[in-house]
Amino acid sequence: MLAPDPATRQPLLRLTGVHTHIGGYHILHGVDLQVAHGELAVLLGRNGAGKTTTLRTIMGLWRASSGSIHFDGADITNLATSAIARAGIAYVPENMAVFSDLTVRENLVLAARDGPLDTARVDWLCGFFPALRTFWHRPAGNLSGGQKQMVAIARAIVEPRKLLLVDEPTKGLAPAIVHSLMAAFRELKAQGATILLVEQNVHVVRALGDTASVMDGGRVVHAGPMALLAGDAALQQRLLGLSLDTQP
Amino acid sequence: MSIAPAVPSADAQLPATRRDIAPLLLVPALMLAMLPLVGSWSTWVTLTVAGLAMGMMIFIMASGLTLVFGLMNVINFGHGAFIAVGAFSATLVLLPLRGWLAMDSLILNLGVLALAIVVAMLVTALLGWAFERLLIQPVYGQHLKQILVTMGGMILAEQLIHVVWGAGTIAVPLPTALRGAFLLGDAAIDKYRLVAVAVGLVVFVAMYLILNRTKVGLLVRAGVEHGEMVEALGYRIRRLFVLVFAAGAGLAGLGGVMWGLYKETLTAAMGGEIMVMLFIVIIIGGLGSVGGCFIGALLMALVANYTGFLAPGIALVSGIVLMISVLLWRPAGLYATGRG
Repeated sequence: MLAPDPATRQPLLRLTGVHTHIGGYHILHGVDLQVAHGELAVLLGRNGAGKTTTLRTIMGLWRASSGSIHFDGADITNLATSAIARAGIAYVPENMAVFSDLTVRENLVLAARDGPLDTARVDWLCGFFPALRTFWHRPAGNLSGGQKQMVAIARAIVEPRKLLLVDEPTKGLAPAIVHSLMAAFRELKAQGATILLVEQNVHVVRALGDTASVMDGGRVVHAGPMALLAGDAALQQRLLGLSLDTQP
Repeated sequence: MSIAPAVPSADAQLPATRRDIAPLLLVPALMLAMLPLVGSWSTWVTLTVAGLAMGMMIFIMASGLTLVFGLMNVINFGHGAFIAVGAFSATLVLLPLRGWLAMDSLILNLGVLALAIVVAMLVTALLGWAFERLLIQPVYGQHLKQILVTMGGMILAEQLIHVVWGAGTIAVPLPTALRGAFLLGDAAIDKYRLVAVAVGLVVFVAMYLILNRTKVGLLVRAGVEHGEMVEALGYRIRRLFVLVFAAGAGLAGLGGVMWGLYKETLTAAMGGEIMVMLFIVIIIGGLGSVGGCFIGALLMALVANYTGFLAPGIALVSGIVLMISVLLWRPAGLYATGRG
């Protein structure tokens, strides 16, 4: 399925001049960012650029000290995290935050807040991540890092959500697991899901991203189609200090 | 995309999950180990049943404390206030109906006791709700302030007890049907202790079922580990905090009633006096773990009873020695939670 031109899509998420302070530290310095309906937007940047803070600020886990965040036409800047989640945003944090004392099934049951687990959707998830079925009744804490990541992503999409925020899902994972995750994201994308992905793996970034935004020093310093960034080695070097062609 | 069957099938082929049963074996191991040391079968039975009963009452009082710490990361030194207020609130039923308690009718006795427990739990749950709103909420995440504020809350509660019920001690009558003892061979087993064991088991089983078989229980267990993630899934964890705090206070109230009847005397300081023991129990069990709290409470009480009989000189420090021993073995307690 061909993704429509990002320029013609309506923004599902829009951050305007967002500043975030954590304790005495000023982390985000006026972030402007848009994610259109049905788009897989990638957020890139060096460590400490503010990518994770941006996702956490969108989720309300850290408060924006100024600026605004609009989602699906509504201002969510000052909403509680639970209300933001109920508005339709799912979040997969960098540390995965699976509930290790709970079984895989219980992790998903908890995420299915609108009722019992949808069997067909669970089947669909298990198609991507067979480990879910294998370890269905096992405590999630006993799983490997890659399997935990699968649980975390499955938990986020166990019910349809309007927007999925994912923070570095491939970090530290074996190539085989990375391929499974990529297949899952491709399928989600093909189904029209909107995803904002923070990622350092340039192979994943190139393969999946419709648009790329690059952060530096708490600001978005570049935003545009992935093809533009992927095709300009000098731009990559200037913004990221690396080439998107350097990794397989 | 392949569609897998809905019912997990591969589970049976997997190696079984290693269950951590070592802490579970501690209690029976301790009991059996003490049998030759105590020497007399009847004395051992009496000490063991007394220890189990005391342990159950400690568990009831401590279970709310460990949940509150595990879920809310709140060090509540005021938990003792709920114990004392619960015990005193029960007198609102026990004293006016003391005539019924004196009658030799098990049903009447238990009915009055059940009513007293309901009143005590309601009053303490309400107090817990107010405590959380007024005192705890402003100091979330600030442990030093929590200690100061909750200790202040306990002092305030004790003074309020003096105001409402007077400064003296209050004698509470044990229901007639629960007085006396059964004889098991030469061993005397107090009836009330058996009731305490039964109530403790009911509370433990109920908590186990709620925590493991209900969505609220899942939320509590998940919240103990990653409260922020529970919020990010769309649940208002602050509401859960209040619910758990009130439930923990209610359980403390129940424990207060049981403990007060066990002692047959109530003082305003009775909750504060037992707080050190409760903290030792929840540390032994693993902060936030109800199962660990259960085993920790039984161990604590059994060790105290056996030591009191075998070596009274060190009975006072037996709890500390037990805690140090457990922490040397498992530094995060018997069952470490994510928060640990």
